[in-house]
Amino acid sequence: MRRRLSERDIAAIAEGSAILGTGGGGDPYLGSVYAARAVRTFGEPELASVDELPDDTLAVAAVMIGSPVPMMEKLSLGDEVGRAFDGLQSVLGRPINAMMTPEIGGVNTVISIAIAAERGLPVVDADAMGRAFPEVQLVTQTIYGIRVCPLSMADEHGNVVIINAVDNFWAERLARPTVIEFGAISPSLGFPMTKADIELASIRGSVSLARDIGESLLFGDPREGGVLEAVLERTGGIELFRGKVSSVDRHVTGGWAVGDVHVEGSEAFAGATMRVTFQNENLMAYLDDQPIACVPDLITIVEQDSCRAITTERLRFGSRVSVLAMPCDDKWLTPAGLTLAGPRHFGYEVDYLPYAGRRPVPAPGPAPFDATRS
Amino acid sequence: MQIGIDIGGTNTDAVLMAGGNVLATYKSPTTASVGEGVQQAISQVLASAGVSTAAVTRVVLGTTHFTNAVVQRQGLDQVCAIRLGAPASRAFPPFSVWPEDLAAVAHGSSAILKGGVNFDGSTITALDDAELRAAADAAAYAGLTAVALTSIFAPLSRDNEQTARDIMAAAQPSLSFTLSSDIGNLGVLERENATILNACLTRMAVDVVASIETALATLGIGCPFFFSQNDGTLMSAEFAARFPVRTFASGPTNSIRGAGFLAGVQDALVVDIGGTTTDVGALRRGYPRESANTTELAGLRTNFRMPDLVSIGIGGGSHVSVGDTHVTVGPRSVGRLLTQQALVFGGSTLTATDIAVAAGLLDVGDPGAVAHLPRAQVEQALATITRDVERAVDAMRVSSDDLPVILVGGGAPLVGLDAFHGQPVIRPEHGQVANAVGAAVAHAGGESDRIYNLDKMSREEAVSLAEDEAREQCVRAGAETGQVEIVEMDALPLTYLPGQSVRIRVKAAGPPAA
Repeated sequence: MRRRLSERDIAAIAEGSAILGTGGGGDPYLGSVYAARAVRTFGEPELASVDELPDDTLAVAAVMIGSPVPMMEKLSLGDEVGRAFDGLQSVLGRPINAMMTPEIGGVNTVISIAIAAERGLPVVDADAMGRAFPEVQLVTQTIYGIRVCPLSMADEHGNVVIINAVDNFWAERLARPTVIEFGAISPSLGFPMTKADIELASIRGSVSLARDIGESLLFGDPREGGVLEAVLERTGGIELFRGKVSSVDRHVTGGWAVGDVHVEGSEAFAGATMRVTFQNENLMAYLDDQPIACVPDLITIVEQDSCRAITTERLRFGSRVSVLAMPCDDKWLTPAGLTLAGPRHFGYEVDYLPYAGRRPVPAPGPAPFDATRS
Repeated sequence: MQIGIDIGGTNTDAVLMAGGNVLATYKSPTTASVGEGVQQAISQVLASAGVSTAAVTRVVLGTTHFTNAVVQRQGLDQVCAIRLGAPASRAFPPFSVWPEDLAAVAHGSSAILKGGVNFDGSTITALDDAELRAAADAAAYAGLTAVALTSIFAPLSRDNEQTARDIMAAAQPSLSFTLSSDIGNLGVLERENATILNACLTRMAVDVVASIETALATLGIGCPFFFSQNDGTLMSAEFAARFPVRTFASGPTNSIRGAGFLAGVQDALVVDIGGTTTDVGALRRGYPRESANTTELAGLRTNFRMPDLVSIGIGGGSHVSVGDTHVTVGPRSVGRLLTQQALVFGGSTLTATDIAVAAGLLDVGDPGAVAHLPRAQVEQALATITRDVERAVDAMRVSSDDLPVILVGGGAPLVGLDAFHGQPVIRPEHGQVANAVGAAVAHAGGESDRIYNLDKMSREEAVSLAEDEAREQCVRAGAETGQVEIVEMDALPLTYLPGQSVRIRVKAAGPPAA
């Protein structure tokens, strides 16, 4: 069913995205203000399911490439966004007629919706991660050999750089030095996908899932535990653990915020300890030193009373939290998906392990890509 | 002898101290005029201790006057807000994310002009003299006097703001300036918001300082006076007149530090139970632990360094309602009308204070007025209060340490000493004026919070530059030269940024010069 995305929907999507953002994605404040303003100025964009897309669909997505600190200073969501869009359009050969969000989580989700409002384009109810990840190539397109290029990057001066790389690893490699010259932040448009690409490689329904989760969080069941139940029901997840944060260790390594958090169990979990490790996003959960859930499944830490997600930079001693585990999209569990974004990609010497109570893991899909290129 | 005065929204508390001993205390409703309130408080504490004005060596004030002006949108000046960084940052001009009613009173004019630097110190665009002179002329022509200057990445390099100020001041000498590099850290919108707020309050700050000077002169007190800042240190009156935003949140900070001083501990959890709310904060090496989150003030995002607090809606004036199965306490409160509306004072509202009197924890008003309350109900209400306060304390507790809990504020008797799961609990004498004590014992402070690029200097050089700046600030804030110590230093590498960018924060403190 076609419908439009209101300001309320955008607030709900931002809130729901934080649950699916697995502790990463950063502060969505600027993106949310930008999207709300775009909707007020240009009208509500349409949310279109994959099935409703016309056959000549050409959808693109927006990502902020760079670092959150320059973003906080340069507020790079002005004319540069439009120039990146126009730059991409100029090399595509046919009109862009839909926007897609690259990930669910953080600032990129709402920015793609804002551009859709500005350009009068529909938003595809799908994304390319079903969660948040920190690198350009960590998208479902890579599993299926679909390029994220051409990628159009812009700065405040009017410079536009179009990257046309042979694959998604090269795209990440070439985008990095460009973004440094741009002041370490650049709104970038790319990820062109046809309807066939979207049908093959995207994660369907994720925008409305984020909205539904956000609706429950913002306006949902006030009963004790009611909001948590609603979130678990919508995501198919479980409450992995419940307790109080007893320590947080956070440091910066190679440009990433790396660390871990210890949670002392309470109620049914009294006497046990859980450790969750993160690199921007939460990656592994250990119960009394045994790994019990891991990436690419979603591990999110929420406040116990409100069920609001807590990002890794906001984790704090003493908070009463629940640790949730939610199933990732099946595409990530293909051999190619696990090679791309399984625990080993993030430096853990373990294979993917489905958490107890997870819905069944599907049969293997496409063959892995050539992992030596990474 | 020192006098500490805490001017809150409801009450003004004062204390006279000598060598760490409390000689006299004072508590009275806050007056509309700051100068009058100060004069009254000082003459009362001096009279009750029988001490002459000549013995007073220092007066320190904590005040919510400026915070309240912003919250109530009253007495604020219209500001000319100039951001340096065009063509970057144009998506969100100054005032664009402000609550409408606050912008309506504070927005004089705004512009985004050329200037600013990138994360690596490289220029975005060079400052344009003609553009800046025109902006100064336009502001003066519009009758504005307060200018807020915010340059992109000013915490990294403040040259742009200083040069722009010099150019504008030369064109229009009537203008006064607040520079964002004196106010806040990374995050241009949050820093700019705080800078504009400071500019809004500058004229009022000059008036308040003058009214206190008059009050002190009237009393014949010639000693220096100071204001307490949000980090628990104090600043000279001259400094406060330029940076009124630094008084924000000084109330809870003073209460946390005062509690620690009265209890004689450096590390503790402090529970301040007031009339409407209970604030729980953490004292770490004698100073409040700071909040890591963005702080909102009256609907505006800022990045002040505020004490880390958990507030819950329980206080001495909280409404107590009795249901079929359970008793609830707060968040509604009779507030400053406690002495008219509570049962023990002849009113008709059942409050937390009535419960405390019925349980024999507190001796105020008429105990006969609460004699009819069923014992079970009283106990249930007390258990509810204790449980909620315990939860707030747990949320502030770092790991499973054995920090003592200090109970202060007028509502402290509401919580029994047997609470907090057997952790040591201290209820110090004079705890009801802990905030005024915190002001009286404050040291002068200075800080430096900047980003350094370690490709250009060693870490040691950067730390030493930061320490020098903090010491210099501390002396400017009123500390005795030569007695300044570095009390805190941390160096944080910045996420995702290439190269070796490190944010160094140094705090210095020292006793005020006589």
